Amino acid sequence: MAEIKNYTMNFGPQHPAAHGVLRLVLELDGEVIERADPHIGLLHRATEKLAEHKTFLQTVPYMDRLDYVSMMMNEHAYVMAIEKLAGIEVPIRAQYIRVMFDEITRILNHLLWLGASALDLGAMSPMFYTFREREALMDAYEAVSGARMHAAYYRPGGVYRDLPDTMPQYQASKIHNAAAVNKLNENRQGSLLDYLEDFSNRFPKNVDEYETLLTENRIWKQRTVGIGVVSPERALALGFTGPMLRGSGVVWDLRKKQPYEVYDRLDFDIPVGVEGDCYDRYLVRVEEMRQSNRIVRQCIDWLRNNPGPVMTDDPKFGPPRRESMKQNMEELIHHFKLFTEGFHVPAGEVYSAVEHAKGEFGIYMVSDGANKPYRMKIRAPGFSHLSSLDEMAKGHMIADAVAIIGTQDIVFGEIDR
Amino acid sequence: MATDLKILSANLIEAFSAKVVSLDERLGELTLVVKAHDLIPVFTRLRDDADLRFEELIDVCGIDYSTYGSELCEDGKYLPDAPRTGARFAAVYHLLSVAHNIRLRVRVFAEDDEMPILNSVTGIWPAANWFEREAFDLYGIIFVGHPDLRRILTDYGFVGNPFRKDFPLSGTVEMRYDAAQQRVVYEPVTVEPREVTPRTMREENYGRS
Repeated sequence: MAEIKNYTMNFGPQHPAAHGVLRLVLELDGEVIERADPHIGLLHRATEKLAEHKTFLQTVPYMDRLDYVSMMMNEHAYVMAIEKLAGIEVPIRAQYIRVMFDEITRILNHLLWLGASALDLGAMSPMFYTFREREALMDAYEAVSGARMHAAYYRPGGVYRDLPDTMPQYQASKIHNAAAVNKLNENRQGSLLDYLEDFSNRFPKNVDEYETLLTENRIWKQRTVGIGVVSPERALALGFTGPMLRGSGVVWDLRKKQPYEVYDRLDFDIPVGVEGDCYDRYLVRVEEMRQSNRIVRQCIDWLRNNPGPVMTDDPKFGPPRRESMKQNMEELIHHFKLFTEGFHVPAGEVYSAVEHAKGEFGIYMVSDGANKPYRMKIRAPGFSHLSSLDEMAKGHMIADAVAIIGTQDIVFGEIDR
Repeated sequence: MATDLKILSANLIEAFSAKVVSLDERLGELTLVVKAHDLIPVFTRLRDDADLRFEELIDVCGIDYSTYGSELCEDGKYLPDAPRTGARFAAVYHLLSVAHNIRLRVRVFAEDDEMPILNSVTGIWPAANWFEREAFDLYGIIFVGHPDLRRILTDYGFVGNPFRKDFPLSGTVEMRYDAAQQRVVYEPVTVEPREVTPRTMREENYGRS
């Protein structure tokens, strides 16, 4: 008998199915995984250390760059931590806007996840469809914040500005003539809310389209059913949150259990899985998109009928109005101090968490009363999920490791921080 | 939630009476401080006791308290302006009870400042594995009993603990590709640390009249 040794194989860091810069050292017995050792940190930027050297407001844009497929939700946990510590009251309209954009962000995240993980498993077409819808939502991001991805729209005390009344229009060019442009601009005639309403009307049908491609697809089911099974007890012990935990059948969602902002006034359901395999987690995420769409619709209705301020009127945290700044010395000083020295947050510590698209995204902030945080810890959901890769992938084939990385919804911006 | 926290703090005092160093409620969050040598029994009980049942470890966070409350800055490092009273390093654990829908924060100080050592909780919650590796990497806190205590976020062969307050923001080495040697070389940093906005402290109710 010849001596047979295990293979050790490097997967990544430049592998399209590694979802970024994951270096995975796989110990293989033939094609079966014996041990998976993820090497992370290739995208480490020390966001937490940088935050210790920046004022509270200057750190907001860094939050977008953590989980760069669900940008505004990262900001949300961060601004909520500051608001809780400093006791800032957020106007109700700003809370609705935040919830609406959180859910838009959840749809954005799940669309990318659906397209990318289907692509990993060999299904080419869902990517094209999901990116069509992502494009529409990116335009909503752009209309409200000026940036398609890294919005920096949520601020401690509210949001940067109110929703715009007009949408940017396509212009005729060499590629699109006037008739084509008119068609592109058809749903951009009204305000941002009209545009989003139009989107939410067609979105459930779009989700049906994705489901016809995947849900009963034989290949998709062969690749996902019974792969990466996690029991509910194990999911809790491994620190799972979000769809990973709900896929295992644990009814846990911060939006319901520990409601923040206005989630307790909204009507939506929490889908849970049964088997805890990749297929159940797929079903959970697809249903979450439908529920998010429901929440967006309720927010649109409320925002239409309830105008109001979107930023706290506390001059120590919210910037003064532009007009009054030009006429009033006091307001000018406030503006100057706010954007040079920054505001001071009382000494203390706080942990604030949101139900992020990937799980529980938390910010633990320690302040000693200065204009910068003393210590800020980012609790990224993907970090716990990836740490369980060894356990989830053990005994599976190499090709299933790809399915498991896909189902964990890994994004390295938040894991490496 | 407020009544839940009262019940929880009563339960905690009943369960650990002598082991509780302090127990504070602030901003609707409960913080328990225990001694390093009580760590394992306390955490095991926190997970298993029917009244507590913290099944999930959400986060482990290392902290360096060496410059808490100071605003002096030299070469990108903050310096303590008063001698510290407590220990320098601590690990902060965030626990979640899904059964009771409640959170708890536990802080454990490492007694030795030169060589901070704590017991590992990987045996209680496997989720602690990477969180403890991270605290080891960034702060140099050693977790005894951890199955695989390696660096996790920093580069292979990295020297130092970058999140300690005496580690400069710009780091100590920089890396470039050397065409002559045809490989990547590490050199001492050439950038000067700079502080755009100085860290300042203000008295309470500053600017409010």
